[in-house]
Amino acid sequence: MKSLEDLREMRKEVEKEMQTRKNTNKPKVIIGMGTCGIAAGAREILQAVMEEMDKRDLDIEVTQTGCIGMCEKEPLMDVKLPGKDRITYGNLDKEDVKRIIVNHVINGNVVDELVIARLEE
Amino acid sequence: MKDTIYRSHVLICTGTGCVSSGAKNIKHELQDELADNDLKNEIKIVETGCHGFCEKGPIMVVYPEGVFYCQVKEEDVSEIVEEHLLKGRIVERLLFKEPMTEESIPSYEDIDFYKKQHRIALANCGKINPESINEYIANGGYEAAGKALTQMTPEEIIKEVKEAGLRGRGGGGFPTGLKWQFAFDNNSDKKYVICNADEGDPGAFMDRSVLEGDPHRIIEGMLINAYAIGADEGYVYVRAEYPLAIDRLQKAIDAAEDLGLLGEDIFGSGFNFNLHIKKGAGAFVCGEETALMASIEGKRGMPNPRPPYPAEKGLWGKPTNINNVETLANIPYIINEGSEVFSSIGTENSKGTKVFALTGKIKNTGLVEVPMGTTLQEVVYDIGGGLTDDKDFKAIQTGGPSGGCIPEDYLALPIDYDSLIEVGAMMGSGGMVVMDDSTCMVDVARFFLSFTQSESCGKCTPCREGTKRMLEILNRICDGEGKDGDIRLLEQLGEHIKDTALCGLGQTAPNPVLSTLQYFRNEYEAHIYDNKCPAGVCEELAASFTINIDSCIGCGQCVKVCPVDAISKGDGKYYIIDEEVCISCGACAKKCPVDAIFQG
Repeated sequence: MKSLEDLREMRKEVEKEMQTRKNTNKPKVIIGMGTCGIAAGAREILQAVMEEMDKRDLDIEVTQTGCIGMCEKEPLMDVKLPGKDRITYGNLDKEDVKRIIVNHVINGNVVDELVIARLEE
Repeated sequence: MKDTIYRSHVLICTGTGCVSSGAKNIKHELQDELADNDLKNEIKIVETGCHGFCEKGPIMVVYPEGVFYCQVKEEDVSEIVEEHLLKGRIVERLLFKEPMTEESIPSYEDIDFYKKQHRIALANCGKINPESINEYIANGGYEAAGKALTQMTPEEIIKEVKEAGLRGRGGGGFPTGLKWQFAFDNNSDKKYVICNADEGDPGAFMDRSVLEGDPHRIIEGMLINAYAIGADEGYVYVRAEYPLAIDRLQKAIDAAEDLGLLGEDIFGSGFNFNLHIKKGAGAFVCGEETALMASIEGKRGMPNPRPPYPAEKGLWGKPTNINNVETLANIPYIINEGSEVFSSIGTENSKGTKVFALTGKIKNTGLVEVPMGTTLQEVVYDIGGGLTDDKDFKAIQTGGPSGGCIPEDYLALPIDYDSLIEVGAMMGSGGMVVMDDSTCMVDVARFFLSFTQSESCGKCTPCREGTKRMLEILNRICDGEGKDGDIRLLEQLGEHIKDTALCGLGQTAPNPVLSTLQYFRNEYEAHIYDNKCPAGVCEELAASFTINIDSCIGCGQCVKVCPVDAISKGDGKYYIIDEEVCISCGACAKKCPVDAIFQG
C-alpha cells in the first residue's frame, strides 16, 4: 500500500466482508424456515439466494422466519424493499428465486404470477 | 462460492472477561454445530473484543438482526443454531432482561446499558474482529493516518488536537495537544513516542479492552502522533499480565507492517515509523512516565524528578511523547471528524468522552464510555442498573488508589476532570467502584492505601515512610486500637505526602484517606471513640448479634450455622447468643427464617 488511494481501494474491497453487520436500510429477503419450509426445500431456496447475492454483489439482508401457517405453499420467500410493500412468494424453486432477485430485488418489479400475499407498508 | 459473503455473522466476545466465563468452548461448540447442520458456508463466526458488558458474558451477537444473547452456555449453542440460525426464531430466554423492568430486549442498541453510552474510543470494540486488519479498514481504519500523513503538516495536526480540547485519559488530564507541541518544538535527530498501557489500578480494565478489542486504533493513533512530533520509533509499554492484549497487538503490528502501514515510506509520504512492544513486569509505579522510560531502558523502574520533562529529555535522553491508550484511541476520530465535532461533546473544559470500568456493588458491571458531563447518577442507575440487591448507595470511588470516595450528596455531579478534583476525588484512569451501605469506609481507605504502600518504589522518603505510617494508623483504627489524635495525624501526614512526594504515585496516595475523612469522618470517629464499626466490617469492632426473643420460633437453625458455638437454648423455647463468644459473622441472621436476629 503506497498511498491513501490504495487504502480506499482496499476499503471498498473489504467492506463487503462487513456488509452483513451494517444495519442500514437494505432490501430484505425473508425465507420461511419452519419445519414445513425446510421439508419443502427452503434450504435450497436460501442457498440459491446466497448464490445470487454472491454472483451479483448484492448488499441485501437475508433472514429467516418460522412457519406462518401457509405450509401448503412452502417454500415461501418474502421480499421487502425499503418503503415498499412486503411481498410473499410461494411454491418456489431455484429458477423462481433467480427471477425474483433480478426482477424484484434489483429492478423493483414484482413478479406477479408467483405472488401469494401482499402486506402493505 | 467466494468466502466473503455470509448471510449471517455470529460475533462471539473473546475479551478476557468472556474467555474466562467460557467463550472459547462456546466457539468450538458453535463450529461443530454449524458443521453438523451444513451451515459452515452460510454463517461466519467472528471473534471480537470486549463489548463492555462483562457482567452478562459470554456474549454473542447474531447479525444481520443484531440480536444480543448473554450468559450463553455450551448447552445453549445447539438451540441457537437450530432455532435462530436455521429457522430464524430468536431464542427468547437468552435475551438480556432489563433489571428495572424485567423486559427482554433483543437488540444491542436498545439495552439501557448501551443507550446512554457514546462510544469513540470503544467504537469498534465488540463490533470487529481485532485480529483482522481488513475489518478495521472496512470500518474506516487508517483513513485518519492516511489523511494526516499525506494531506496535513505536523503543525496542522497539533493545532487540530489542541482545538479538540483532548486531555490525557491516563489520569492527569494534561492537554494532549500541548504535550505534542512541546515534543515537536524540541529539535533532535531522534524522537520517540510511547503508549502507556501499564494499567495497574485495581478494578480498571479500560486500556486492556481497547488493546484486545481494537489494537489497530492504537497503532493508528501512535502513527499520527509520531508524524506530528517527528518521531520514527515507538513503544507500547504493556504489562505482562495482559497476555491476550499483547498477542493481539503483536498480530496487529505484523499485519500493519505487511501492508506497509508501519515501516518505511508510509502512504508514500516519505515518513518512516517502527513500533515495538515492551512488556512491563507489573510494578504499579511503572505507569509513571519517568519510571516507565527507565524500565524500557532496562533500568530499575523508579521515577526521576521532572524537569526535565520527557518532551525535552525522555527515552534514551531524546525528546519523547507519552500518551495513555485511551488518549491515543481518540486521535483517529479527531483527525477524521475534526476538532469541532470532538469538542462539541463534553463540558467546557473536558471535551469528548471517558471510558469507565464500572465495578463493585452494581448490577451491570462492565465497561462504559460516556460523554464528559454525564452525572454519576446516570452512570450508576441508568447505565449500571442500580445497586445489587437494591441496597442503598453509600459512595462511589473514582480514580483508583489515587482517587477518592464521593458520597451520595454528589450523585448529581456532572463527571469531568475539574468537578471530580473539586470534590476531592479524581478522574484517574477511569476505575469506578460502587459501594453500598455494608461497606466500611475506613476499611476501603485502608485497602487502597495498602495497595499504594506496597507498590511504593521506595525512592523518596515521604512516600516510602509516610504511606507506611499512615497504613499503620489505619490498621490500628480497624483493629479497635485507634487513639485520640489519629485523625489529625492522618490528615497532617496526608497533606505532607501530597506536597513532597517525588511522583504521582506518592502525591496521590493519601487521597482515599483524605476524601473518606472529608465525607465519612463520623465512621472514623465511631471506630476510635465508640469502638464500633458502623458497617459491621471490621471484625474486632463489629457489634455482636442478638436474638429477639419475642420473634424467635425456636427452630434452632441458627445453632447449626454458628461457627463458634455462641448460640444456646435460653429459658424458654427461644435461643440466645453469647456476646463474648460471637464473632459477628452474621451467618445466623442470614439463616433465620423469621428475621429474629439483628446486629447491635
